[in-house]
Amino acid sequence: MNAAHGIQSAAWLLVVLPALSAAFLLLMGRRADKWGHLLGAIVPVVLFGYAAMLFFSIKSESGQGRIRDLHLFNWIPVGGFNVDVGFQIDPLSLTFVLLITGVGSLIHIYSVGYMSHDEGRRRFFGYLNLFIAAMLLLVLADNYLTLYVGWEGVGLASYLLIAYYYNRDSAATAAKKAFIANRVGDVGLSIAIMLMFAYLGTTSFNGVFAGAGNLSHGVVTAIALMLLLGACGKSGQFPLQTWLPDAMEGPTPVSALIHAATMVTAGVYLIARSAPLFNLTETGRTVVTIVGAITLLYGCVCAFGQDDLKKVLAYSTVSQIGYMFLAVGLGPGVYAIGILHLVGHGFFKAALFLSAGSVMHAMNDRIDMRRFGGLAKVMPITYGVFVCGYLAIIGFPFATGYFTKDKIIESAFDKGGTSGWILGLAALLGAALTAFYMTRALLMTFHGAKRWEDDVHPHEAPRTMTVPMILLGFLALVGGGALTFGGGLQNWLEPVVGKPEEAGVHTISPTVLLALTLVVVAGGVAGAYLVFGRRPVPVTQPAGSPITVAARRNLYADAFNESVLMRPGQWLVRGLVFFDNKGVDGAVNSVAAGFGGGSGRLRRIQTGFVRSYALSMFAGAAAVLAVLLAVRFS
Amino acid sequence: MSALTAVPANILAAGTNNGAFVTPSISYAAIAPILIVLAAACVGVLFEAVLPRGQRFYAQVALTLAALLAAFIDVIAIRGHSVVTASRAIAIDGTSLFLQGTILVLGALAVLLLAERGVEPGSAIVAQAAVVVGSPADRRLASSDRVQTEIFPLALFAVGGMLIFPAANNLLLMFVALEVLSLPLYLMAGLSRRRRLLSQEAAIKYFLLGAFASAFFLYGVALLYGYADSANLSDILRAQNTSTQSDTLLYLGFGLLIVGLLFKAGIAPFHSWTPDVYQGSPTPVTAFMASCTKIAAFGAILRVLYVGFSVSSWNWRPIIWTVAIASIAVGAVVGLTQTDVKRILAYSSIAHAGFILMAVLAQNAQGQMDVSGLSSSLFYLAAYGLTTIAAFGMVTLVRDGNGEATHLSQWSGLARRSPLFAVTFTFLLLAFAGIPLTSGFTGKFVVFRAAYHSAAPLVVIALIGSAIAAFFYLRIVVMMFFAEPAEDGPSVVIPSALSSIAITVGTGATLVLGVFPQPLLDLADHAAKLRG
Repeated sequence: MNAAHGIQSAAWLLVVLPALSAAFLLLMGRRADKWGHLLGAIVPVVLFGYAAMLFFSIKSESGQGRIRDLHLFNWIPVGGFNVDVGFQIDPLSLTFVLLITGVGSLIHIYSVGYMSHDEGRRRFFGYLNLFIAAMLLLVLADNYLTLYVGWEGVGLASYLLIAYYYNRDSAATAAKKAFIANRVGDVGLSIAIMLMFAYLGTTSFNGVFAGAGNLSHGVVTAIALMLLLGACGKSGQFPLQTWLPDAMEGPTPVSALIHAATMVTAGVYLIARSAPLFNLTETGRTVVTIVGAITLLYGCVCAFGQDDLKKVLAYSTVSQIGYMFLAVGLGPGVYAIGILHLVGHGFFKAALFLSAGSVMHAMNDRIDMRRFGGLAKVMPITYGVFVCGYLAIIGFPFATGYFTKDKIIESAFDKGGTSGWILGLAALLGAALTAFYMTRALLMTFHGAKRWEDDVHPHEAPRTMTVPMILLGFLALVGGGALTFGGGLQNWLEPVVGKPEEAGVHTISPTVLLALTLVVVAGGVAGAYLVFGRRPVPVTQPAGSPITVAARRNLYADAFNESVLMRPGQWLVRGLVFFDNKGVDGAVNSVAAGFGGGSGRLRRIQTGFVRSYALSMFAGAAAVLAVLLAVRFS
Repeated sequence: MSALTAVPANILAAGTNNGAFVTPSISYAAIAPILIVLAAACVGVLFEAVLPRGQRFYAQVALTLAALLAAFIDVIAIRGHSVVTASRAIAIDGTSLFLQGTILVLGALAVLLLAERGVEPGSAIVAQAAVVVGSPADRRLASSDRVQTEIFPLALFAVGGMLIFPAANNLLLMFVALEVLSLPLYLMAGLSRRRRLLSQEAAIKYFLLGAFASAFFLYGVALLYGYADSANLSDILRAQNTSTQSDTLLYLGFGLLIVGLLFKAGIAPFHSWTPDVYQGSPTPVTAFMASCTKIAAFGAILRVLYVGFSVSSWNWRPIIWTVAIASIAVGAVVGLTQTDVKRILAYSSIAHAGFILMAVLAQNAQGQMDVSGLSSSLFYLAAYGLTTIAAFGMVTLVRDGNGEATHLSQWSGLARRSPLFAVTFTFLLLAFAGIPLTSGFTGKFVVFRAAYHSAAPLVVIALIGSAIAAFFYLRIVVMMFFAEPAEDGPSVVIPSALSSIAITVGTGATLVLGVFPQPLLDLADHAAKLRG
C-alpha cells in the first residue's frame, strides 16, 4: 500500500466537488433555475477528465503499486475505536470512478435535453450531483464505515429521484418501497460492519482482510452473508428485488444512471471489494451464486410479461445483475469477469434506457409498448441506438455481451460438479430468455403496425439527447471487445481481485459452449419473432397463459411481500399504536392525573388557618419523636 | 476534614472548665463580621431617631449596604480562621465563614431589592406600618414616597442573627441567634405597601408558628442539658459516650431541637407557614427569607448534626430520610396545582430544602458521616440562594394597576411583551428544575452524588420529585411563551440600577456556576471543616 502522490492526492475533489455543487443547486432555490442544470452537467464531465488523469497516473505503476491510499482525516477517535477517512485509489475503484463519471457525464448531458420542459430541472440536477458524490464516496472509501456513508448517501439520492414526481402517488409509493427494501439490506451491511468491529476491532479494508484469516469459519461466513444481504438490497437481488422495477417511476435518465448502470451494481462492487473475505468461505460464495442464478432467471421470466418498456428493461437489469452475482460468487479468478460484465452492462443498459427515454419523450411520456409500434422509421437514431444495446445484451457475436456474459456462462460450467451444471444451465437458459424478451420489446416498440394514440406525433429527440445516446450505443457495441482485448480489464484488476484462473479442465469445451450459447440465443430470438413479429400486437392486454399472468405479476413476489410482510407489519403497527395510546400514554397520563389529583387533595391541608398549621406541626413533631423512640427502644 | 470523621475526642480538643466562673476570652477578630453588622443595626436605629425623615431612606440604604460590604470583606480577611471562642459558644471555622459570606452577599442583594424605588414610588415597603388598613390616612400614604425605613435596621439585625446562627456551638446561643434573626423577620413580613392585610396576616402566622417552633427548640435544649449537663454541642457529643443519664432524654431532646430547626428551614411537615408567608410578605423580604434564612437554618442543622450528633447518626437517619422525602413530595406535588407565582416558588423552596437535607445522609466507607455531604450542601445553598434572589427580584417587575401581578394567568403571553424578561425568568426556572448548564444542575448533582452511596433509594425519589417539579416550572414557561396575552395584562417594569444589579448578579451566578462551577466547588470543599 503506497501513499497517494501527485494528482492522486487531490482525489478528495471527486467527492467534494459534486457535493458542493449539489448543495449549491439545492440551496440556491429558484435563483439558479436558469443555469443550474449547466453547472450540474459540467461537474461530472470535469470529474471524468480528472478520473482519466488518475487512470493514467495509476496505469504507469505496476502490480501492487497500483493501489494507492489517500488518508484524509481522523473521523472517529474513541478509545480503542479509530476510524480514519481515507480513499483507496486502485484499479477496482478507478474502474468504477471512470464508469460513474463517464456514463454519468453522458446521462447528465442527455438530461439537459430530456428535462428541458420540467420546472424542477435544477432540483433534479442537484439530486443527480448528490448521487455522484455519494456513489464516488462509496467506491473510493478505504474502510467499510466510510463506504457505509456513501452507501446510505446513494440510497437517499435514489429515494429522492424515484420520488422526483412526488405529487404522483405511484412515484411516492415506489420511493418508499425502494427505501424500505434498501433499509433491510442496510441492516445487513451494518451488522456486518459491527461484526468486523467486534471481532477484529477495525473496519478498514486492509485491517479486515488481514485479520479475517484468523477468524473462525462461522464468523467469516456470518460477515459474508450479512454483506450479501446488504448487496441484495442495493442491487435488487432475490429476495429484495421487488423495489427495482417500481423505481422506474423516476425520470428515465435516473433509471439509466442509478437504477441500471451504477448504483444497483454497488452490491457487486461490495462483494468484489470483499473478495478476500468471500475467498475464505465456500458457503458464502455458494449462497451468492444461488442468489445470482435465481435472480437472473426471475428477471428474465418477469421481463417477458411486462408491457411497460421501462419495466422490461428494469427486470432485465435485475436479471443481468444476477449474472454479475453469479460471477462474483464463483470465487477467485471470476471476480474480474463479473466486473467486466458490470461495466459492459453499464454501457448497453444505459444505451437501452436512454433510447427508451427518447421514445417516451416522443410519445408524450407514454411507455406502454402496446401503443408503440413502427417507430423505427420515425426515430431512426433512437432505433439504431436501441439495436446496438439489443445486440449487446443478447450477446450477438462481437457485441459487448458476447465477450462478457458468455464468459460467465463458461465460468459457471467450469465450476464443475453438479452445482456447476445447475448454475451453467441456469445461465444458459437465462441467455435464451434474454434474447426472447429483448426481441419482444424490440419488435413491439419499433416494428409492426403503428398503434399510437391520436394525439401522439413522435419525432426524433434533440441533439443534446441523441449525441450521448449515439456514444453509448457505440460503447455498447464495441466496449466489451475493447475491455477484453488482450485480457485488458482482467489484468488491470488483478492487483485487487486476484489473478484470473485458467481452468485446468473445461467441463464443456469453450468452442462447443460458444456454439451452444449462440444456438439458444438464436432460438430465443426466433421464438419471439414467431410469437410477436408475425402477428399484430393487440392494443389491450390479452388474458394470457398462467405463466404470462404470473410473469406480469412478477411471479407474485409483491403479493407475497404484501401478505406475509406488509399486512402483518401493519397489524403490528396498529397494535403498537393502540398500546402506545392506551398503554403508554394511558399510564403516563394517569400518573400525571394521579399527581394532579393528589396535589388537589393535599393542598386542602393548606387551609390558611394558623391553628391547623400548628396542629400539623404538632403532629409532625409527635411523629418525629415517635420514630426516634422507636429507634431507641427497638 | 479528617478531624470531622475521626473519633469525637479529636473534635473536642478544646478543654472544658468546670466550677468557678471564668471571664471568657473572646477572639474579637473572629467575630468581627457579626459585630460590624450588629453595630450598624444599632446605628441604624439611631438614624431613625436623629435624621430628618427625608434623609433617612438613603442614609439607611447606604449604611446597610456599607455594613454588609464591610462585614463581607472582613469575612474574606479572616478566611482560614478556625477558632472556638467566647466560652466555646461560637465556632468560627471554614463552614461558618463560608455561610456567613454567602449570607452577607445574598443579604446585600436582598437589600438592593428592598431599596428599589423605580418600580413603585416609595419602594415595596409600607409608608407607615401603624396606620389602620383602609383608613383615609392609609389611602393617602399609599401613593406617597414615605417609607417605614426601620426595615433596614431590622434587616441588619436579622442578618446579624443569621451570622451567629450557623456559628453557634452552644445551643443557648443558637436559640438567641434564632430569636434575633426571627423577630425582625416577623415584622418585615408585615410591612408590605400593597395588599397590607395579606401581609399582616402572613406576619402574624409567621410569628405564631415561629413562637411555637421556638418552644420546641427550647424544650429540646432543656432536655439535652438534662442529659449532657451542658448546652455545648461538643459536650453533648462527648456525653453520648459517657453519660449515665437515660438515652430517652437524648432522643427526645434531639427530636424537639431538630423540629425547631426544620421549621426554620421550611421542611415538611413543618413547612406550612412557607407558602402563606412567602406570598404575603413584600417580595424583597420574601427573597431575603427564601435565601438568607434558609441558609442560616441549614447552617445550624449542619452544625448540630455534624458536631453534636455525629456519633448517633444511625439513630437520626430515619428521621432525616422521612422528612426529606416528605419535603420533596409536598413541594413537588402540591406545587403542581398552585396558581400564584410566589406560592409556586415557595413550594419549590420546600422541595429544594428536601434536596439539600439529603446531603447530611452522606456516609463514608466506615459508616461515619462524610464530609462530602457538608461541602455539597454548602455549594447547593449558595447556588440556590443566588437563583432565588434573582427569581423573586424578577417577580417584583411584573406589575399592573394593583401592584405586582403574581397570578399565573396574568403572566400569559408575557414573552411577547418582554422577551428578555421571559427568557431570563425561564433560565432561572430551568435552574430550579436542575437543567444542565445552570447552577441548579451542578448543585443537585453534587448533593445527589454525595448521598448516593448511603441513600440511593432517596436519590431515586429525589429524581422523581425533580421530574414532577419540572412540570410547574415549565408551566410558567409555557404560559409566558405559548399563551395568548391577556387584554389588560400586566407589563414588565424597567427597574432602577439597584434591582438590576441584584437580578443580574443572581442570574449571572446561576449561569457561571452551571458552566464553570469548579472554583466554588473547590472553595466549598476547602471550607467544609467544623470545629467543636
